[in-house]
Amino acid sequence: MDLHELTIQQAKKGLATKEFSSVELVNAMLDRIEKLDGDIGAYISIDTDGAKKAAAEADERLKNNDHAPLLGIPVALKDLRCTIGVKTTCASKILENFIPRYDATVVSMLKSAGAVIIGKTNLDEFAMGSSTENSGFHVTRNPWNRDYVPGGSSGGSAAAVSAQMCTAALGTDTGGSIRQPASHCGVVGIKPTYGRVSRYGLVSYASSLDQIGPITRNVSDTAIMLNVICGHDPLDSTSANIEVPDFTTALAQFQTESLKGVKAGIPKEFLSLKGLDPDVEQAFNNAKKTLEDLGVEMVEVSLPQTDYAVAAYYVIAPSEASSNLARFDGVRFGLRVGEADDLIDMYKKTKSKGFGAEVQRRIITGTYTLSAGYYDAYYGRATKVRSMIRDDFDRAFEKCDIIISPVAPTPAFKIGQNVDDPLTMYLTDIFTLSTNMAGLPGISVPCGFSSKGLPIGLQIMANRFDEMSLIKAGYGLEQTLDVKPKFPDI
Amino acid sequence: MKITQKDVEYIAHLARLEVDETLVDKFAEQISSILQYIDKLKDADVSGAGLMAGAALQSNVFREDVVKKSPGPDVTLANAPERHEDFYTVPRVVG
Repeated sequence: MDLHELTIQQAKKGLATKEFSSVELVNAMLDRIEKLDGDIGAYISIDTDGAKKAAAEADERLKNNDHAPLLGIPVALKDLRCTIGVKTTCASKILENFIPRYDATVVSMLKSAGAVIIGKTNLDEFAMGSSTENSGFHVTRNPWNRDYVPGGSSGGSAAAVSAQMCTAALGTDTGGSIRQPASHCGVVGIKPTYGRVSRYGLVSYASSLDQIGPITRNVSDTAIMLNVICGHDPLDSTSANIEVPDFTTALAQFQTESLKGVKAGIPKEFLSLKGLDPDVEQAFNNAKKTLEDLGVEMVEVSLPQTDYAVAAYYVIAPSEASSNLARFDGVRFGLRVGEADDLIDMYKKTKSKGFGAEVQRRIITGTYTLSAGYYDAYYGRATKVRSMIRDDFDRAFEKCDIIISPVAPTPAFKIGQNVDDPLTMYLTDIFTLSTNMAGLPGISVPCGFSSKGLPIGLQIMANRFDEMSLIKAGYGLEQTLDVKPKFPDI
Repeated sequence: MKITQKDVEYIAHLARLEVDETLVDKFAEQISSILQYIDKLKDADVSGAGLMAGAALQSNVFREDVVKKSPGPDVTLANAPERHEDFYTVPRVVG
């Protein structure tokens, strides 16, 4: 196998047995990026010098029998979290040259675990989007078919993992932004429970919905990444002070037979959705049958607020975004447009020049829904619907252990197809955003292909802090289905 | 809910944003259709539902009020677009 083809597990083994060094592994990755990324556009920036230095340091640590969980492994980061001394742009012109003076907590955790940060990946600007077409710099193309989107907003990270231009990556998920691109790119993506992973140093889009999670080549690698990045952080007051299970050890001891008797809920409102692509429906049914053959019992559940979930999300998320993005005003960091008459003029000119169209749209929508006279009708009401969505899930989880569904109503769509139609774009999040609203964990695991050869994933959701059920069910499905090809032939 | 060009300009002003004049009409149309969709929330029966502002375990987090070393102005002001000693400088605020 070529070095770029290795999973985290395989790479760790090879590094431990000195079959190759981290410098060789990282160089192989850098070569592959140079060969492919001009065409795919997964990355915004590559930290060649930093990566080579970190790889050399990893090799030193390996010589001393250091067993840090990600030692020497090339990892890519969605360019939405602060990396000290390395540009962090959020794919926005307003932060095009911004260099943070501190590391986000997850970045520190990755570095302590020995990971080599290879570069920052492309995203929809400030994570607002479902296709990575809203990036302020360039569009990322789906490695399986360049005419199609990789999904979003973590499209760069998903494309980088799928095209084997990094061993693993981190993304963020506010309404589906890890799960949907993972599904569209044929890789594994998990959004942990809200509070499982620290948001300190993550540039906030919607603070009550955002969560960081790994995008990997398989579920075993997901478990390794979760072990590293989950945990309480006193610097993030929304971080949960709850013990983190050892996902890798649990998975090593896991037998697929123990899935017998697990109850999987299927939300009846999801499957009766108009516009569900027949290829997606078929892949879902195939995955469902596979789980049934493993002894998983299917149970019908109801999520009655499904009809209002998208509307409630697109009140809450833009409202929080309008508040969070107010800080980008040219005063303390980022772009400042000069020649302003006064302070307000400077704010306006800076934001108008720095923010792209989708970001401006969401700020305006969010400002409207929070404004006097409209706050109760929109934001107040949406938060009530949100508590009902959470109650729907609580009731459903009384009848089942996990909930399964498609990830998106269709496979990846063509580049340019929805970019001028924001509402159609928003509706593609219907299956994923309820999990963010309720703060629950959800994973996307590859389960098939469309008739055009585009990947399709299965979404599995679980109760609060029960990522373990997702890892186990995801692993059982992955091993049994053995979806091929695993990666595009490029 | 129909939003006019003037509405877009006013709301943008509240957000300290200025929409490019080539985009205002398009925004008015797009945001109108978004708000029209969001209006379906009026039909939701929310009687008895509590507010849910966040997804975290809903209790306050406290720490001791202990003074710690701060990174200092050279770090905190490192990204200042314009700076005078330990101050950010900005255009005229009042007057």
